[in-house]
Amino acid sequence: MKRIASFSDFITMYVEGFKNLTWGKPLWIIIIVKLFIMFAILRVFFFPNLLNRFDTSEEKSEHVFRELTKNHITNEKKFSNESD
Amino acid sequence: MNQIDASLIDWSRAQFALTAMYHWLFVPLTLGLGLIMAIMETLYYRTKDVKWKSTAKFWMKIFGINFAVGVASGIILEFEFGTNWSNYSWFVGDIFGAPLAIEGIFAFFMEATFIAVMYFGWEKVSKGFHLASTWLTVGGATLSALWILVANAWMQYPAGMNFNPDVVRNEMTDFWAVALSPVAINKFLHTVISSWLLGGAVVIGISSWYLLKKRDITFALDSIKVATIVGFVGVVISAITGDGSAHQIAQKQPMKLAAMEGLYEGGDGIGLVAAGILTPGKQYDDSKDPFIFDIQIPKMLSFLAVRDLDGYVPGINNIVRGGYITPEGEKALSIEEKMTKGKKAFDALNQYREAKKNKDDIQLAEAKKLLDENFAYFGYGYFQSPADAIPNVPLVFYSFRVMVILGGFFLLLFIVVWYFSHKKKFEQSKWLQYVCLWSIPLAYITSQAGWIVAEVGRQPWAIQDILPVQAAVSNIEAGSVKLTFFIFVVLFTVLLIAELSILTKQIKIGPEKGDEKE
Ligand code: HEM
Repeated sequence: MKRIASFSDFITMYVEGFKNLTWGKPLWIIIIVKLFIMFAILRVFFFPNLLNRFDTSEEKSEHVFRELTKNHITNEKKFSNESD
Repeated sequence: MNQIDASLIDWSRAQFALTAMYHWLFVPLTLGLGLIMAIMETLYYRTKDVKWKSTAKFWMKIFGINFAVGVASGIILEFEFGTNWSNYSWFVGDIFGAPLAIEGIFAFFMEATFIAVMYFGWEKVSKGFHLASTWLTVGGATLSALWILVANAWMQYPAGMNFNPDVVRNEMTDFWAVALSPVAINKFLHTVISSWLLGGAVVIGISSWYLLKKRDITFALDSIKVATIVGFVGVVISAITGDGSAHQIAQKQPMKLAAMEGLYEGGDGIGLVAAGILTPGKQYDDSKDPFIFDIQIPKMLSFLAVRDLDGYVPGINNIVRGGYITPEGEKALSIEEKMTKGKKAFDALNQYREAKKNKDDIQLAEAKKLLDENFAYFGYGYFQSPADAIPNVPLVFYSFRVMVILGGFFLLLFIVVWYFSHKKKFEQSKWLQYVCLWSIPLAYITSQAGWIVAEVGRQPWAIQDILPVQAAVSNIEAGSVKLTFFIFVVLFTVLLIAELSILTKQIKIGPEKGDEKE
C-alpha cells in the first residue's frame, strides 16, 4: 500500500478513510446529527448569549452591575431588618 | 422582578449538573482508555508481535465510539454559561475566554490530525509515526482537560486576578498564579490520573466478559495485563493527589472540608470519620449529635488537613462563629462579619460607579480604597443568614465516602486481578470475572462522586467568597430552564442508548482477526 509522501497523499488518506468507513459510519451520523441539534436548534432557539443583545462593553457591564445590584439590595433590606 | 426565584437557581444548577455529569461520562474513559491503547501499541512497536496490534486496534475502536458520542458535549456547558449564567460569565470573563478559545482551536486541529492518522493511517505511515500519533491523540486530550480544570480550580481558589470596578469584571494579573495554583495542579493530576483507574476498570470488565463467554481468551488476558497496571498506578496516585487536594481544601475551603467530614464542632487533634451515619435533619445551630453512628481514626483529620496530629481543624459552627486562628495565622472572621464586609464592598462599588458618572475623583479614590479592602468578601453580602454559607452536608459527606471507599475497593481489585493473572488463574476464576464486569459502573460512580464532593462541597459559591450562585445566575424564566433541562434528559438518554448499542455490537464482534496475518 502506498505510503504518505506528500500533503496530497495525506488528503487522500482522509478521503479514502472516509470512503471505507465501516463501524465508523454510524458514529459520523451521530456526530453530525448531534452538532446540528446543538448549533441549529439549541443554540439558536434555547441558548442565546444574553449579553450579546448589548453592543458595547459599557452596556454589558452596566447590565451585569444592575443584575448584581437587584439581588444585593433585596438581601440588604432583609439583612438590615434582621439586625434592627 | 427583584428577587431571584429560588426555583430558577435550583433548575439552573440542576441543568448544569446534568450536563456536566453527562459530559463526565465520556471524558475519563477517553483519558484512561487512551493511555491503555497507546501502551498496547507501544508493545506492538517494541515486540513486533501482531497480537498487540489487533489488541490496540480493538480498544481504539471502543475509544472512537466513546469519543464520537462524547465529543462536543462540553460545548453545551458553554451555551449554558452564556444563557443561564451570564452574570457569572461576564464577571469572570477575560480570565478564561481567550485561553479557552485558543485551547479549543489547538485541540481541534491536533486531534483532527492525529486521530485521523490513528484510524486511517495504519498502512500509510511508518509504525513510529503511527505510534507518535496515538500518543499525541492521548496527550492532546489530556492537555484539553488542563485549562478547563485550571478554570475550575480558579473558581475554588480565585488567585492571580483583580476586580476592575469600571467594567464589573475580573481581569487576570498573573497568568502563572492562575495556571500553577496548588489547587489547579492537584485537581489536574487527581482528575486525569483517577481516569486511568476508570480506563483500567472498563478494560478488565469488558475483557472478563470475553472470558465468561470463553472467546478471544489471549486477547482478553493480554488486555487485562496492561489494564491492571494502569488501573493500579491510577488508584495509588489518586490517593496521593486526593490527599493533596484535601490538604488544599483545608486551607482554602474549610467549609467544604467540614461538610466532607460532617464536622460541626472542630478543635485540636480531630479524628477522621472512617464510616458513619449522619443524623437526618441536623442543622448547624441545633444541639443534635451530628452522627447516629460513627467510627473515627483518632487525630487523622488534623494530620491530613494541617499535617500535625494535634493541629486545629474548624467545624461548621466554628466557621460560622469565627474567632479561631486560620492556617495563614490570622483570626477568622465570623460569617456575620463577612456579611457586613460584603455589604461594604457592594456599597463601595455603588459609590465608585456613582463617582465615575459624576467625575468626582476624590470620591472615586475613596470608594476604590473601600472596595479593595472588602472585595475578598463581596459574595457574603448576598446572604440573608449564616446558614446560606453551608453546603448540603449529607450529599458531600456520603459522596466523599463513596469515592474513597470505592477507591480502596479498586486498589484491592487491581491487586487481586494482577495476582490471579500473574499466577495464570484468572481464566478459571469466574467469580472474579463477574466482579470485574460489575465493577465497570462502580468506576463511573467513583468518578462522579468525586465531582459531587468538589462542586456541591463548594456551594453556595460560583466563585469562592466572591460570587454565590444566586448572583451568578441569569434572571430568566424558571420555566424555560425547566424545559431545556427535560430536552437534555431526552437528548442525553437517546445519545447514551445509541452509544451503548454501538458499543455492545462492537464488543460482540470482538477484535479483528485479520491483523494477525501481517
Ligand atoms: C483514595 C483516596 C482519594 C482521596 C483522598 C480523594 C480526595 C478527593 C478530594 C479531596 C476531592 C475534592 C477536590 C476539590 O474539591 O477540589 C476529590 C475530587 C475528585 N475525585 Fe477523589 N479522592 C480519592 C480517590 C478517587 C478515586 C479513586 C477517583 C476516581 C476514580 C476519584 C475521582 C475524583 C474526581 C473525578 C474528583 C473531581 C475533580 C477534582 O476536584 O479533583 N478520587 N477527590
